[in-house]
Amino acid sequence: MLSLRSISAGYGSFRALFDVSLEVAAGEAIGVVGPNGAGKSTLMRVISGMLRASSGELSFEGRSLTRLPAHRIVEAGIAHVPEHRRLFAKLTVEENLRIGAFLPQARRHYAERSEWVYALFPRLLERRRQLAGTLSGGEQQMVAIGRALMSKPKMLLMDEPSAGLAPLVVEQVFALVHRIREEGFTVLIVEQNLRQVLEVVDRAYLLEVGRIRLSGSSAELKDDPTIRQAYMGL
Amino acid sequence: MDIYLLEAVINGILLGGVLALLALGLNLIFGVIDVVWICYAELVMCGMYMIFWLHSFFGWPILLASFAAILGVAGLGVLLHLLVISPILESAPINQLLATGGMLFFLQSLATLLFGTDFRNIGLRLPIIELGDIFISYSRLLAFGTALIGAVALYLFLSRTYLGIAMRAIAQDREIMGLMGVDQRRIYLITSAVGGALAGLAACLLVLQYDVHPFIGLSFGPITFMICVLGGLGNMIGGFVAAFVMSQIIAIGGYYFSIEISYVLAFVFFIVLMLIRPQGLLAR
Repeated sequence: MLSLRSISAGYGSFRALFDVSLEVAAGEAIGVVGPNGAGKSTLMRVISGMLRASSGELSFEGRSLTRLPAHRIVEAGIAHVPEHRRLFAKLTVEENLRIGAFLPQARRHYAERSEWVYALFPRLLERRRQLAGTLSGGEQQMVAIGRALMSKPKMLLMDEPSAGLAPLVVEQVFALVHRIREEGFTVLIVEQNLRQVLEVVDRAYLLEVGRIRLSGSSAELKDDPTIRQAYMGL
Repeated sequence: MDIYLLEAVINGILLGGVLALLALGLNLIFGVIDVVWICYAELVMCGMYMIFWLHSFFGWPILLASFAAILGVAGLGVLLHLLVISPILESAPINQLLATGGMLFFLQSLATLLFGTDFRNIGLRLPIIELGDIFISYSRLLAFGTALIGAVALYLFLSRTYLGIAMRAIAQDREIMGLMGVDQRRIYLITSAVGGALAGLAACLLVLQYDVHPFIGLSFGPITFMICVLGGLGNMIGGFVAAFVMSQIIAIGGYYFSIEISYVLAFVFFIVLMLIRPQGLLAR
């Protein structure tokens, strides 16, 4: 479904990604794990068109996305839940969802989509007239995910959904990810929180200083000696 | 209360309506595009000339001419964005200020070249309303009412429509708008058109009260900027309130002293307030 071939990217003269290749099949949940500064967020930014790759090919459902601006990539069916959620703090929960449904094709289905998102996250229905900035971290993550789902995507990119949240809330967020999976979305999730992300994804890639070091099924990675030693402290 | 003071207060409120409309337009542009149109009042001047020529020269009915001017100035706003703002969107703010400031002189000179420095009047005399001993000009009342309707329409647009919500969102986080499926360039163009249309609407209201000449922008441009800064740049509600504060200072100052002194008072009030609350009246 999504395919990256030899993607390199960076900021100015700084290169953050080297020759990254990655495949996601429809219906899969894939994790990209790795330490801080490995280039995980850069990878997400390249896929969603916020940053242009300096070389390499990016395609989605057989169609090249390499030169498309961000708003066209959402149109193609990839929604991005950005790092730190990036909600519009001074807009209400409902308005945040409306922005998520900005595309003409999504506007037509706003009523049913929002009903569906509220059914998925009943807490948001209670808070829908509240300013997004006044919500708790976990609730904000629900809005961020809900906002991305409003565009009726085929695939969801999630950038560090657990970042900056309390341990208990992190558990809730991973439960959310699990539910999103069950709804049939293809998910690509970037996380530092390796132990928990491996519980919800089928396969994962280990990214270190801008290169893919390892890849395999969750079970394989959980048993991999380098991963156990370096990332799980076992 | 002194009847003349009451009349001054009422006139101040009426003046505030048009100033509020201008402040809303300028704040909208600043909030969404993050650029200050220094030449905003000059767009109003262009609109006033449009109405003058369409009505007095080509004989269009005033309503039709007004409508055409609103569209015309909206078009000017789009042109301004495409030709001047868009190429320097990423430049330092000072360069943007210089560019739109340059447009101010360009438009003034162009108007002088085309129309000369004569004061032109559309020759429409609207009646004066007498309420007991108070005289209220009908054109001011009309201007106030229309400005309020314009403000309400803008409020509904910003709170109810997808485009309006996107405009408020863009002011909070520019970078992720693309992830929402929003094409920033399109939003900027629409914002420029709406900002221009508000200037056009102000032109329709001001042309009923003032003569048109190439430098008419100077009579309300600076005060509009003061109002926007006073309310907190980009803060719509702040600008709206500040417009009425300023217009009252001008109206009441004009009653006790003279209209010249009242502007001095307004500027002194502005400077003092900037020293005490540099973030603006209503800023949190």
